[in-house]
Amino acid sequence: MLIQLAATGEGFNPPSAEDFDLPPFIDGVEFATKPILLAFLSVILISVFFIAASRKAAVVPSKLQFAGEGVYNFVREGLARDIIGHEFLKFVPYLFTLFTFILVNNVFGIVPMLQFPTMSRVSFPYVLAAITFFIFHYIGIKKQGIVKYMRDIMFMPGVPKPVYILLTPIEIATYFIVRPLTLSLRLFANMFAGHLLLMVFFLGGEHLLAGVIGLKLVSPFAFIIGIALTFFEFMVQVLQAYIFTLLTALYIAGALADEH
Amino acid sequence: MEGTLNLVGYGLSAIGPAIATGMIFAAYINGVARQPEARSVLQPIAFLGFALAEALALFGLVLAFVL
Repeated sequence: MLIQLAATGEGFNPPSAEDFDLPPFIDGVEFATKPILLAFLSVILISVFFIAASRKAAVVPSKLQFAGEGVYNFVREGLARDIIGHEFLKFVPYLFTLFTFILVNNVFGIVPMLQFPTMSRVSFPYVLAAITFFIFHYIGIKKQGIVKYMRDIMFMPGVPKPVYILLTPIEIATYFIVRPLTLSLRLFANMFAGHLLLMVFFLGGEHLLAGVIGLKLVSPFAFIIGIALTFFEFMVQVLQAYIFTLLTALYIAGALADEH
Repeated sequence: MEGTLNLVGYGLSAIGPAIATGMIFAAYINGVARQPEARSVLQPIAFLGFALAEALALFGLVLAFVL
């Protein structure tokens, strides 16, 4: 971890947002940073795992095939089919890619030696949310035509006329600003806050260990809580990958439905 | 003692979403306890509501660092 240790000054420097600005490892090459490397690593890991899991597909599955099919089934049956309905099959590849990519990148936050969630750099969630944003609007426009799609968003049927003064701005803001923004910021803020929390406990514990004997005795508690929070963090990381995919599926389902 | 009042404000703003999240899961647990077979229907709804309530808390967190 490229974190400036607290031992430099007199007091303890709590971890802050600057700890997420990792310098490039090759001087002058701006793209050679840890998050980008981790994103590439995740793509390689996911590809290798699922190619290996599906290469020798058999009726009686091996352990590897069973694991791979378990993840695939979870996305296909639990997310795509239950939410999108009978047209779900063509969205499964996107949802599956999204789920595995976010999951692996999030879990990097607690994998020893890597220990940096890629999604705690805000540009990664922005891109993912932008892709989802364009996909669900494209589907809606393709399915219903641009006029009907926009009319359904702006003037929801079955509402008294004066209510539109209030409802139309809210609906436009919901579909075009709030949805992509919350989708990306939710993932970013969860990973950012989780990583910050772990840093507070582990760096704080380390700082206590460097202190006088009384502080040394307290430091194990900081480490124990840090380890407990690591497991909690794992739960949050899996949950966020699930929620991102779930919301994408819900938005697609909303664009496909004839009435909003 | 140094620090920024933003974080105190964030702590206050997190109260609302915290209560909301508790209520959402309380309702979900109630529903599943009364009708266990409704679990698969209620689960996405519960997590969607949780995600929407949590979004407000996360806006607060982001603004606490940005402002």
